[in-house]
Amino acid sequence: MKLLTHNMLSCHIKGVTNGFPFKIEATEVSETEADYDPDFLRHIFPRLQWPALKEGAESLGVTGLPDEVTEELLQDEDFLKAFHHALLEVTLQEGALVCPETGRKFPVMKGIPNLLLNEDEC
Amino acid sequence: MKLKELHSLLQGIEPFQSPKVALEQYPTGAEIASRMLYTIESVYNEFAGRTVIDLGCGTGMLSIGAAMLGSPHVIGLDIDEDALEVAHSNVDDYEDLPVDLVQCDVNTVGEAQPGLQADTVIMNPPFGTRRKGADMDFLRAAFQVSTGTIYSLHKASTRQHIQRVAKKELGAASAKVLAELRYDLPASYVFHKQKSKDIEVDLWRFEVVCA
Repeated sequence: MKLLTHNMLSCHIKGVTNGFPFKIEATEVSETEADYDPDFLRHIFPRLQWPALKEGAESLGVTGLPDEVTEELLQDEDFLKAFHHALLEVTLQEGALVCPETGRKFPVMKGIPNLLLNEDEC
Repeated sequence: MKLKELHSLLQGIEPFQSPKVALEQYPTGAEIASRMLYTIESVYNEFAGRTVIDLGCGTGMLSIGAAMLGSPHVIGLDIDEDALEVAHSNVDDYEDLPVDLVQCDVNTVGEAQPGLQADTVIMNPPFGTRRKGADMDFLRAAFQVSTGTIYSLHKASTRQHIQRVAKKELGAASAKVLAELRYDLPASYVFHKQKSKDIEVDLWRFEVVCA
């Protein structure tokens, strides 16, 4: 699972009000190579929750993303390359997504998070 | 990519090992998948530079095709662990294909995952022959997940109903049948008496009105 996917997911257990973003527990992280496309990065940026991306990247061992992103940064190649790498190349293979409110862990195996709830959680 | 080339690439994708009746796990054949994907790419150019979500991805046929045709990020959603395992191994056959898989219930994904959105939604939903309304549940979910367009396959016999629901209930900006396809359904289950059966299927394109 890439961090772009992580940026869209939240915990939906009944009664949870602050289920976003999942904290990440990583036991295995890999990297793939993705095509670098600055236009796509600028297209997707307004939809992202930046603090969640930054925090997610840190839990996968990727540091150095800024706290805030300005219009100027979105034109800066060094920044865009780091953004690209964190968003589309770093992959969580094994670990868990942890609900920030309840601590419930959703396992991630072979890169696939299992978000199915137990009956008493629906 | 040419249609023939896409078709032959998709032919290498492994089918379900033991399809589940309750989930209507009919495999999306390489023939119908390649026609669907080729149309989306060549007529509308809605993979390159756009995010894609595949609802009920099964073995990953459509997800893999969308990534091959240039989407930088595809998410395949399915409830079934066994299907996802096959999808994972199919995705793994290609190097660095930008496909993520997530196990969740597509029927409730709109409410459960409000942040989960994509420019283009593609799907080959259950036809709703085993559980009535399964096809429409997927369509409703698609309208919650897509910010742009939806491409979906539905039985031709449901055409008027789909048109009505899309326009009236789901507020589609447009709902159009792009092509009539024949779904050559091999006899996957024991209750299928014939060896294979052609089903007439519509390839739909819906435009979502953004809030």
